[in-house]
Amino acid sequence: MTVIKSNINTKSADFQANAAVMQAQTKELKATLAKISQGGGTKACERHIGRGKLLARERVQGLLDPGSPFLELSALAAHGVYDEDVPAAGIITGIGRVSGQECVLVANDATVKGGSYYPLTVKKHLRAQAIAAENNLPCIYLVDSGGANLPRQDEVFPDREHFGRIFFNQANMSARNIPQIAAVMGSCTAGGAYVPAMADESIIVREQGTIFLAGPPLVKAATGEVVTAEELGGADVHCRISGVADHYANNDHHALDLARRAIARLNRSKPVNGNLKDAVEPAYDASEIYGVVPADSRQSYDVREIIARTVDGSDFDEFKALYGTTLVCGFARIFGYPVGIVANNGILFSESAQKGAHFIELCAQRKIPLVFLQNITGFMVGKQYENNGIAKHGAKMVTAVATANVPKFTLLIGGSFGAGNYGMCGRAYDPRFMFMWPNARISVMGGQQAAGVLAQVTRDKYQRDGKNWSASDEAEFKQPIIDSYEHQGHPYYASARLWDDGVIDPADTRMVLGLAISASHNQIIGETKFGVFRM
Amino acid sequence: MFTKILIANRGEIACRIIKTARAMGVSTVAVYSDADRHALHVKMADEAIHIGPSPSNESYLVIQKIIQAALQTGAEAIHPGYGFLSENAEFCRQCAANNLIFIGPPIEAILAMGSKSAAKTIMADAGVPLVPGYHGDDQNYEVIKQAANQMGYPVLLKAAAGGGGKGMRAVFSEAEFDEALGAAKREAINSFNDDIMLVEKYLLKPRHVEIQVFCDSHKNAVYLFERDCSVQRRHQKIIEEAPAPGMTDTLRKKMGETAIKAAKAINYEGAGTVEFLLDAQGEFFFMEMNTRLQVEHPVTEMISGQDLVEWQLQVAAGKTLPCTQAQLNISGHAFEARVYAEDPDHDFLPATGILKCLQAPSETTHVRVDTGVIQGDEVSIYYDPLIAKLVVWDTDRDRALQRLTEALSNYRIGGLTTNIGFLYNLATSKAFQRGDLNTGYIEEHEQEIFRRRDIDIDYAAPLAAAAINKQQRQQAIVAAKHSVDPNSPWHLYNNWGLPQRNLSIQIQHAVVEQTPDSNTSLDDLMVIPTGSGFDLFTPRGFFHCAEVKADLGTDYREADGGNLSAPMNGTLVALLVDLGTEVKKGDSLLVMEAMKMEHTIMAPSDGSVTEFYFKAGDLVDGGSQLLAFMRSNP
Repeated sequence: MTVIKSNINTKSADFQANAAVMQAQTKELKATLAKISQGGGTKACERHIGRGKLLARERVQGLLDPGSPFLELSALAAHGVYDEDVPAAGIITGIGRVSGQECVLVANDATVKGGSYYPLTVKKHLRAQAIAAENNLPCIYLVDSGGANLPRQDEVFPDREHFGRIFFNQANMSARNIPQIAAVMGSCTAGGAYVPAMADESIIVREQGTIFLAGPPLVKAATGEVVTAEELGGADVHCRISGVADHYANNDHHALDLARRAIARLNRSKPVNGNLKDAVEPAYDASEIYGVVPADSRQSYDVREIIARTVDGSDFDEFKALYGTTLVCGFARIFGYPVGIVANNGILFSESAQKGAHFIELCAQRKIPLVFLQNITGFMVGKQYENNGIAKHGAKMVTAVATANVPKFTLLIGGSFGAGNYGMCGRAYDPRFMFMWPNARISVMGGQQAAGVLAQVTRDKYQRDGKNWSASDEAEFKQPIIDSYEHQGHPYYASARLWDDGVIDPADTRMVLGLAISASHNQIIGETKFGVFRM
Repeated sequence: MFTKILIANRGEIACRIIKTARAMGVSTVAVYSDADRHALHVKMADEAIHIGPSPSNESYLVIQKIIQAALQTGAEAIHPGYGFLSENAEFCRQCAANNLIFIGPPIEAILAMGSKSAAKTIMADAGVPLVPGYHGDDQNYEVIKQAANQMGYPVLLKAAAGGGGKGMRAVFSEAEFDEALGAAKREAINSFNDDIMLVEKYLLKPRHVEIQVFCDSHKNAVYLFERDCSVQRRHQKIIEEAPAPGMTDTLRKKMGETAIKAAKAINYEGAGTVEFLLDAQGEFFFMEMNTRLQVEHPVTEMISGQDLVEWQLQVAAGKTLPCTQAQLNISGHAFEARVYAEDPDHDFLPATGILKCLQAPSETTHVRVDTGVIQGDEVSIYYDPLIAKLVVWDTDRDRALQRLTEALSNYRIGGLTTNIGFLYNLATSKAFQRGDLNTGYIEEHEQEIFRRRDIDIDYAAPLAAAAINKQQRQQAIVAAKHSVDPNSPWHLYNNWGLPQRNLSIQIQHAVVEQTPDSNTSLDDLMVIPTGSGFDLFTPRGFFHCAEVKADLGTDYREADGGNLSAPMNGTLVALLVDLGTEVKKGDSLLVMEAMKMEHTIMAPSDGSVTEFYFKAGDLVDGGSQLLAFMRSNP
């Protein structure tokens, strides 16, 4: 037992000021998410309800075990990306418990542009499927969508990671016995028709659900046949005649009940890796995180204060505590699950990178999932460090991160810049889940640095041409770069583009990590084979 | 005195009789049917004899079996209790034939009061006032009108062949008479093809006031004052009290002496009750005489300090009455509330089920609970669904009523629907508190009694929601314990990441939407799970609650006719269609009877019955498949 002793004084002015800033950011996040959760707006929702249908979020809630949590994913998807508002990219995804089994839920929101697939809708759907595939979680699709967004067909239809991939994933997950259950609760047209058709079991709601490759207008245009949607592909057609659907639901509630029953009879059990212990609340209040993180992101702070407010009993057994101290590594538990924590506590040096690689090897050997707490401006630069081979030491860490075959969870708690992002398991390194705090920033380098670099290049050009570049001109040159970096580095910008799985309230860190880690235990942790480490 | 008696009854009255017999040193023999094998009266008695299957017409009503049990055990006398064989002259005769003493009146008295019309003639001859009426054959307008004028207005015109209110008119003055009679006659002709009319005095807001009388075989007779049994539902008494509110000594004496006159007219012996209608002017009229111990006798015992069962045994043993009229006094005020397994919100439909929880208020000098069941017993379809009689006493009516409401709010019964909440609301209704009673009380004050429940439901809703929350949380904890990773946050019951959940809760018969608040205290509550939900006991009364599950629509199997099952335990009365005959959706297919109420099973769609699984007269368990139905092809 090594309980972290917190050095935070919650009465201090600094703490209070920090907390005020973080709370304001969190409040804004919650307000944004609340607005997104309204879907396509009051009118569209009323129209939807008027048809006797439940709203997408009501469907999700109705599907889940009563009172159990829901880990929503990518709620900010498409936020501010398109000319029009597409809340949550018109699709609700997340992990929740259904009949005692953690499942990935994918629910179209027909109140948002008829549930049609924008490019980011496709990306979000595919991301949910990737999470299901990596963590061996059954998928439930609550289908209510008109299909691909036709004006954007070039961004939705043809490529490898486009619409067709949804069905490729369904087939391949099914092949790996990751169950695919679809409930058709509205339209399910054209390509969308393959969601239930490709499912292991499908459910369709009477007088609501329709499945057809071409809707009545297209049929009439093509063959002149006049047919109603219900005759063409309603529940009675597909349950009694075509056999495209397996279960006949009387209404939305019934469909959800049938889906719950479908999950209940999967005959699956959670493998759960390693040894578990009782969950113990941290010794410190999670909401103190607000005041721990400095309002000025350039100011440093001890990342152990975050760990102390996240892990069971604030109990953290540190590895190589006295070596490479800018990277904190150690063993802890979250909700009783063992984890190895890799957390930035300053810039990465050769020693810290080697220590990180070593620690990741330990965790991979022992099949202990890894949690990365990213707050990194990058690797140390300069002649001394290059001569010392910081690139090869950094490469060791990147190799370890890339090939360690244990579930990895990445949380951006501050900056995520440059190669530091790679060494600390950025998106490209396939963490099982990746979340950001509202104060986090992500870009190839900081806005100031980028502007500085570009200004230097420009100034060199001016100097070569023998021209003078005034300080005010330089400032004018740098500002848009800084602004652009600030804009693009913002967590909403990142989350809107699915660079992460969601922006979270820092006070929820333990809960979010706990849910994600628990979900990952549905998959057996395999052996790791590392690549060549440059020595 | 007898050394051993047999009690030809069951339930609370059998237990009640055993208590007194035991106190008097008299041994008791109980009889029981299959259903009562483990009943309380069997446990309490010194001996018990099995007398057959559960239906009472195969056990408690079979004279020969009762007589045989008495002879076999050497009982000298039989106490019939109330109901069953208590007013059966043939039983009385059989007792005599077998040298067994029937603890009750002589056969002649039973016979005399058994026929209502004959009883009225006897009483009229004895000078006991009857509701004035004209039942003559002479249908001349003037003759009828003359009769009406004589009895005084208002009067009620009734078609002799009538029913259902047809051909009936209330007439409030002579001026209205001609027109009313004409209208009533026309209606009677149209409805019954018979316009013979009779006229009766129309009593406004009458009260049901009865006199307890006692006579011995030595020509002694006393009255043990009155009981007011005005508050009735479906013509059954529900709360009785003694003395009657507003009763004067003069009127009491007059009614008491009239009652003795009635008893003497038929040479009565033992305990009897003479029932009167008492009108607002203080005029009273004979209704009928009950030749047995009444259900509500405890209120008389509470105010008189006498044990009426003991009196019965003394009289039956040939002794004189324990007291003279002069020795009898009224002390204080008593109420009896009948606690039934029944559903006040569904026309008092009797309920059945297991008494999963039964906590009566503690018995004190002020509170008495007469019951024949204990926790875990079943209230079955076979017998009266009376669970207990709650009797309270105090020095005056207000205090006694306070005791009653207090005791009702502490009465906790779970597992089946009871009328306790209804009794509570009735007892606390304003007019009842004032003692302003009449036989139409419940109908008249329905709104108050039911509106009060709406207020109660507002009170209960957050508690019920919190109780459901707690129950589901506990289920989540249990599920977690049995899982491979008990500490997984996925087991948490906190709705994390989701909007607050609105629960749809049925409370009594209302459905409310309620958001559970985890801060709601459940400290003063008791929650007893039932089959379909739970019973919630609060300091302000008791509520049946259940989370309303989402409407899943009609299953296609049901729509196809795959599930036509008995709504409750009962008897199949009649099959209404032939096999294979095409019926329309909603057509009646068969009729079941349960607890004197009929239930019709209807066709779920167009189609036909392919098989009936029961025949008329069969006893059917609730939930049993009754028939096979084939939907016709659309």
